[in-house]
Amino acid sequence: MTIQFNNETFRDDYSFSNSDWAIKRFPFPFHEDSYMYSVNMEQHRGGPAGSVYEKRFDVDEHYVAEMRDRALVLADDPLRCQSLPHMTLAGWDLLELIMVSKSEDYPDLFELHRDGNRWRWVNKPMGIDDTFTFLDETTLPYGPMEYITRQAQGDFCVLDQRDDMLWMDAGMVTTQADWSLDFDIGMNFFEWHAPVPLAHEMGIFQRALKFLLNIQQGSPARRLNWTMTVNPLLDTSPENYHKWGIQKTSLTPENLGAKQHLRVELQTFFRLPRSNALVFPIRCYLCSFQDLMTMPKWGRRLHRVVRDLPEELATYKGFIDNRPMMLDYLSQYDDGLSTSRGIWPDLETEPPLQR
Amino acid sequence: MSKFQFPQSIKSRPVYGTLAPQPGKAHLMIADAEGAEALLDLAEQDSTIMAQAHIIFIPKGTDFSDKLRALSPAQFYEGPTYEASIQRIRHVLEHAHQGLQVYLAGTEGLMGQAQNEAMQAGIPHTSIQTEHRGSVARRMQCVHCKGITEDVLFDPFVCSHCGLNLFVRDHYSRRLAAYQGVCIDAEDPGNIPDPVELYS
Repeated sequence: MTIQFNNETFRDDYSFSNSDWAIKRFPFPFHEDSYMYSVNMEQHRGGPAGSVYEKRFDVDEHYVAEMRDRALVLADDPLRCQSLPHMTLAGWDLLELIMVSKSEDYPDLFELHRDGNRWRWVNKPMGIDDTFTFLDETTLPYGPMEYITRQAQGDFCVLDQRDDMLWMDAGMVTTQADWSLDFDIGMNFFEWHAPVPLAHEMGIFQRALKFLLNIQQGSPARRLNWTMTVNPLLDTSPENYHKWGIQKTSLTPENLGAKQHLRVELQTFFRLPRSNALVFPIRCYLCSFQDLMTMPKWGRRLHRVVRDLPEELATYKGFIDNRPMMLDYLSQYDDGLSTSRGIWPDLETEPPLQR
Repeated sequence: MSKFQFPQSIKSRPVYGTLAPQPGKAHLMIADAEGAEALLDLAEQDSTIMAQAHIIFIPKGTDFSDKLRALSPAQFYEGPTYEASIQRIRHVLEHAHQGLQVYLAGTEGLMGQAQNEAMQAGIPHTSIQTEHRGSVARRMQCVHCKGITEDVLFDPFVCSHCGLNLFVRDHYSRRLAAYQGVCIDAEDPGNIPDPVELYS
């Protein structure tokens, strides 16, 4: 299908919205009626047609608007994109991976023409047609990582692998769930995850690291993560927290369905061929509670997950104060019926709300 | 003098040890204030390393300089501030040969910044010895304006650059040699708890 790109904003007037198509394919992150940390990794080898799992780098109706928002963030704070000097080769690896994947997966939107190291890249949605020399930085307007991630939805962490450890040595991070690349750059896997509660004690990060260190070229992996965001704000950065934090207090029982968003990260992991680095794209999907409630199964389940979430996690995810109001809203959509397993909405087989 | 035992914390928070003499052709020792006592203890363990030692000491109002000089290090420099000593530290690191041992002692801010210089000179942070002595004050970076506030002893504190009220996190960046300070009243402007001394 041809994607109709939305003209929308993720700030100020927040004109962002999801079409029915986008709601239906939203990556709802709960496969059962409760949530606890796990290393929930699986192979990233496609998925149901039309789902966010189908392509290597999902492109959706928010693409052009998200790239516009990224450019605004970078103009305001260029430190959101950084690459330590030894990471340039990994940046070229990433550029190649994205250009090849997108031109193969979306031939109507992207074209890559290669003649030796002379490459021509055509990005139709963004109106870009550039010719450059692969591995020659002087032929691009930005470094290779910045160039291509200004044209790809989601944040990108490029991790160096050495001493049986992963190091956060480069990244493009403008749609983050409240962490700072500028602060964390150069840290190892355990250090940048240090503020996460409970998971260290559960051995989650030791197991995840072991898994990630062994990811091979051509065998990417993926998992979902989630948090909550008031208003469809992509840039929930610590840098700007003193500006956006107050928005959390703007929820009322009347506006909650429209303002409160479930924020889901589709995290994927690809080994890069020349540098042996690991790229960790973190793609953010937002969906308002009222849109989620159009899927009866998600309504039932979200109520149960939010209600039963341990206090530490609700605090860490930043919605402990709003949880009672969220539950008042969500409980209207939970009739107590059982839910089918798995994340898919199963709209045809799950019964409508019984009240 | 007894050493302060930092409580168990998150994995990005530095952990300090006790300086021990290591075989090496040269020994760079950087300390501030009570960090001098760690160097005196080091010399007691093996006084022979002092013949190849370069001590850079920032007294911060203490009177340890004469005691350190009495160790007869090969080179001794007393700096009025850390900033004043940076060029000398860089010079030493730049001209260092394989086998240089680096010893850091004193406040977290001094050790963190000197460690960062050594890392930039190509020395892995894991091979740099550190020992905390003296003040438990922290070097804080405001995550909002990126300004550094030195010697923070109370939580919350006021950013010395942008004036926001920040709470003190244990999340630490070696590259910035600083802990992270985050606005404490973003969700409830003006609601700022009374400052409490760290570890009290």
